[in-house]
Amino acid sequence: MILVWIALIPIIGGIVVWPAGRLHPLAPRVISLAILFVDLLLTLKLIEAGGSGAWLASFYAPWVPSLGIGFRFNMDGLSWILVVLTQILGIIAVIVSWSDIKDRVGFYHANLLWSLAGSIGVFIALDLFLFFFFWELMLVPMVFVIAIWGNENRRRAAIKFFLFTQGSGLLMLVAILALVFLHQQQGGILTFNDAALLATQPTGPFGILAMLGFFLAFLVKLPAFPVHSWLPDTHTEAPTAGSVILASIMLKTAGYGLLRFAVPLFLDAAHHIAPLAMWLGVISIFYGAILAYGQADLKKLIAYSSISHMGFVLVGIYAFNAIAWQGVVILMVAHGVSTGALFIAVGAIQKRLHTRDLAQLGGVWTDLPRLSSFGTFFVLASMGLPGLGNFVGEFLILRGTYAVAPLVAVFASIGLIPAALYSLIAIQRAFHGEATVPRRVSDFGARDVSVMMALALGIIVIGVYPQPLLNIGAPALGNLVPAKQVSALPQKGRGG
Amino acid sequence: MINLSWQAPASLAIILFALGLIGLITRRNLIFVILSIEVMLNAVALLFIVAGMRWGHPDGQVMFIFILNLAGGELALGLVLLLRLRARITTLDGDSANILRES
Amino acid sequence: MGNIIWIIPAAPLIGSILLGLFGARWSNRWSGFIGTLSIVISALLSVAIAVHWFQDPPVDEHMRIMLWRWISLPEYSSYIEFYLDPVSLIMMLVISVIGLLIHIFSTEYMAGEAGYSRFFAYLNLFVASMLLLVLANDLLVLFVGWEGVGVCSYLLVGFWFHKAANGYAARKSFVVTRIADVAMLVGILLLSNALGTVSIQPMLAKAALLWPHGGIMAAAGAALLLIGGLGKSAQFPFQTWLPDAMAGPTPVSALIHAATMVTAGMYLVIRLYPLFALVPSVLTVIAVGAVITILTASLTALVQRDIKRVLAYSTVAQIGYMFLALGVGAWSAAMFHFLTHAVFKALLFLSAGAIAMRLHHEQDIFRMGGLRQKLSVVFWAFLIGSASLAALPVVSAGAFSKEMILASLWESPGLGKWLWLAALFGAVLTATYIFRVVFLVFFGEVKTEPTGHYGVRIVVPLVLLAIAASTIGWLEMPKFMASSSVFSSFLEPVLGHPATESTLPHWVTAAGYIAPLLGVVIGFGLYRSGYWVRTAGPVGQGNDGGQAERSMGEGVRRFMRAGFGFDFLYDRLLVQPFLWLVKILRNDPIDAIFMSAAAAAMRFHGALRRSQIGQLRRYAGMLALGSMAVIVIMVFA
Repeated sequence: MILVWIALIPIIGGIVVWPAGRLHPLAPRVISLAILFVDLLLTLKLIEAGGSGAWLASFYAPWVPSLGIGFRFNMDGLSWILVVLTQILGIIAVIVSWSDIKDRVGFYHANLLWSLAGSIGVFIALDLFLFFFFWELMLVPMVFVIAIWGNENRRRAAIKFFLFTQGSGLLMLVAILALVFLHQQQGGILTFNDAALLATQPTGPFGILAMLGFFLAFLVKLPAFPVHSWLPDTHTEAPTAGSVILASIMLKTAGYGLLRFAVPLFLDAAHHIAPLAMWLGVISIFYGAILAYGQADLKKLIAYSSISHMGFVLVGIYAFNAIAWQGVVILMVAHGVSTGALFIAVGAIQKRLHTRDLAQLGGVWTDLPRLSSFGTFFVLASMGLPGLGNFVGEFLILRGTYAVAPLVAVFASIGLIPAALYSLIAIQRAFHGEATVPRRVSDFGARDVSVMMALALGIIVIGVYPQPLLNIGAPALGNLVPAKQVSALPQKGRGG
Repeated sequence: MINLSWQAPASLAIILFALGLIGLITRRNLIFVILSIEVMLNAVALLFIVAGMRWGHPDGQVMFIFILNLAGGELALGLVLLLRLRARITTLDGDSANILRES
Repeated sequence: MGNIIWIIPAAPLIGSILLGLFGARWSNRWSGFIGTLSIVISALLSVAIAVHWFQDPPVDEHMRIMLWRWISLPEYSSYIEFYLDPVSLIMMLVISVIGLLIHIFSTEYMAGEAGYSRFFAYLNLFVASMLLLVLANDLLVLFVGWEGVGVCSYLLVGFWFHKAANGYAARKSFVVTRIADVAMLVGILLLSNALGTVSIQPMLAKAALLWPHGGIMAAAGAALLLIGGLGKSAQFPFQTWLPDAMAGPTPVSALIHAATMVTAGMYLVIRLYPLFALVPSVLTVIAVGAVITILTASLTALVQRDIKRVLAYSTVAQIGYMFLALGVGAWSAAMFHFLTHAVFKALLFLSAGAIAMRLHHEQDIFRMGGLRQKLSVVFWAFLIGSASLAALPVVSAGAFSKEMILASLWESPGLGKWLWLAALFGAVLTATYIFRVVFLVFFGEVKTEPTGHYGVRIVVPLVLLAIAASTIGWLEMPKFMASSSVFSSFLEPVLGHPATESTLPHWVTAAGYIAPLLGVVIGFGLYRSGYWVRTAGPVGQGNDGGQAERSMGEGVRRFMRAGFGFDFLYDRLLVQPFLWLVKILRNDPIDAIFMSAAAAAMRFHGALRRSQIGQLRRYAGMLALGSMAVIVIMVFA
């Protein structure tokens, strides 16, 4: 039952804070914060309880029994990690929009909460219909957040975001239906239950086509080359908190979806497509990095760097082994924290200096030393500096990939060089150098510093002591693919 | 029961409909546009009666009454819209009522 | 004793964190104090451990101190674990003690600079990372320190970030080493995949067990790690970053780009020497590469104007000597040269910094002169350092270590004699280029009048380093002088017995001593004849604007001055293609495809929109026409 509440509390919270905005602008902020804290506490309690068997907790109630649709919530270590990430970054998103958002505060927070609820639902729903419902729930409020509270070109960006994700989401819906009907045809019953559908394992061209429906939807959301182009535009126009949620949480739903659905449901097809997926990942790493280097807009630079990092995630997922998958989880969490922090830093720069243009920035360190040192720290973290979280993820991915496809691993490693190039040029052009115009602005205050400190601490802890995360994730990752399906697969060499 | 030929009233209905259509297309004054629509509606209603007569079926007259109601409703609504529109664009010229057009 | 080792890297780390968090609010005095105090703790503990080690060496001559499990998976694990043996003990001592002297020097040198506390935060972080690098017992943990020192180097080279050139130099240093580091990372992946562990000692044992002598896997692993080492140590073909890294404050150049970080590559090879010993082909590559490095760097040093660039190229060349020793398997000779080099190069850099302090940050040796009387302390310090660098016999530490290398070269089979000859030629060049600097800077007429004075925090480190630079060589002497082999016997449990025997012909030994003297004589001769001044070359780097004479000699010198054109080559081969790629991809051509779909939809929309003109009459007409068309079709079709 607790799982239902975890998903439901933010939805109800959204309904409450919307009208609360009329009373006092502070009300939605405080209520949202309280709601997310309660939600977080509930989730944290789950790990203490331990749960039974593979799941930390599970819940089932029929929804549309005649079609086999049910409220089927299950949480394992993987879901738990990502839900906690969602809630923590949700809290941070509320805090960073504390003084940023002044217009329609109630509705803003309602959208924020609904979008978070959608993400949480995505991470714990194990009924494909329910999963799709949450997938859409996550998307629509986000479109509003961008379209109403974004920057100058917000409408265009919101439409682009909507078209890309919605279009690919529909492909996934088709694939879900195809899988469900196939399952029924194979003598099963009509059901959207993930556990039942796992036994279907379509093969041949049909399997590939159905898998592609999922694959494309997640590829767009990840995003990976060549369906990445919504991300930079969307990030540039989204408000800071929107960017944080988008980069830190929503991109993770794609990695999660690939791990949970696209791979286990279609093992045969997934193995077929693995070399392609890995090389797409490698191309994403380079493409994102090279484009990041060329950007004049700091926010766009970070957005492209996200594409580069998500390339590692894609490579790791299709390496099909426990090390790489552990790396994927660590990298997703670390990327969530570091990129979220970077977007907060850029948002703070934009708020103070009214520009994100690298040609007009420069010398920010002189005026804003605290902001700049945090910015530099997180740029270094996202560059994969050993000792910080992202490195652990990247290394484990590379290590796992090297075991099955050494050539892919080597090229992915080479991708760390352009990562250094764009990271350092960002530091140089934003923080270092001489300011073109003298500026009198206030540095980070106590609230910003504490947010950044919390994130920095997080990334350091993941970097030097990732073991707890690895321990929580291990059983979940081990159970993703049912044992009997694994043994049935031919063990052939893939990739390079 | 006078045995009327059905061709003559049918022709009348068609001529009336054509006149209404021409009025609708050519007139710019919205009052005349509404009048033209009424003429066309009545032409159709007449055609229903003629058809009912031809096949000796009462449905034609049912339809006539139905159309009469429809016409009344439509006229009321149309005139209200006309008044609102006149308040907005201060003219009854139908061609200048293209304010929904973007450019 | 062993269980307190963790404090040695932890103290500077904590110092760095404290400075990072509160430094901005502290007074410079307090920041300098905390920054130095943390190194004092490390240095004292290192010395205490070393003393204790000498009195009572641990069983098996090593200590392992497990801190915590970093990554522990069934298929892969890395533990944060320290490994102390004579090799890492020497490294640790050098880093913490020289680090301490340089910190003390810096507190005065950097006085009045903006970002004083930031400087010490970076410097402390550097020391912490460097100590982690040498103490790590796991290749991946070593890599953490490895990249950590790289980042600190980046931050410190670009410390004066207002100048774009400094930022460029900092990025260059980081990126060039990063390219090498990627090779190293791939090497770690390879070793970990093939041997199942990257914990250094078990890994080496397994490699020796599983891999045949000269095997392809061993060669690949060793070569990849070597590339990493070459990058960090600024060896051919990665030597281009180090001279530019001189943009940083001079104490940074002394600590990072002379004494410690740049020797990490050598340390890596020594730490993994059983792996390298498996593959003689890789060792040969090391030796040949080292010769190329020594000769190009020494020749380049001969024509530089900037005192720090001379020293930078000389660092490249001296580390080349260490690699040369590694290439013939003379591990303890390399370690010994590392030790003496750390001392005398730190001394030289600090002296150069001390000169610049008094001459309004002048670094051009042709604008200095006659400083012998004006800055007598620095003169003596620099002279002792130069003597040691040039390896002048008996009076200097460098002589003993260089002699040890030369002896091992002579005795090694195969290319040995040729390598010896090249190294000897390098020794002549070394003495020439450094005494060129000595004569130009300290003799002749005064060109820039010094101002100010030195405080005690400048003088004490210089004096201590100068004493060490002339005496530390006594730890290891050739057999015919005195039978002192403290150093190599200390290292013997790890690195084995040095191959050097006393079977060397006397003229070989004599040649090793005469070569530097010859170099000094050449340097003096060319100074007296005014050759150095005549061939000074244009002020600053790069293009001379065509004012220099276009003679053949000047052409060669220009080529040498530019470091044998490597920068130019890399610019054309790597930098320009990358920038070209960035330029053509900048606007995301993939996005253009999606946007063209959107544009097509918009055009279609535009076409359809033209029919929507908002005229009721037109609509009615179209309606009528359409209805008629439908009727016609229904009736006639």
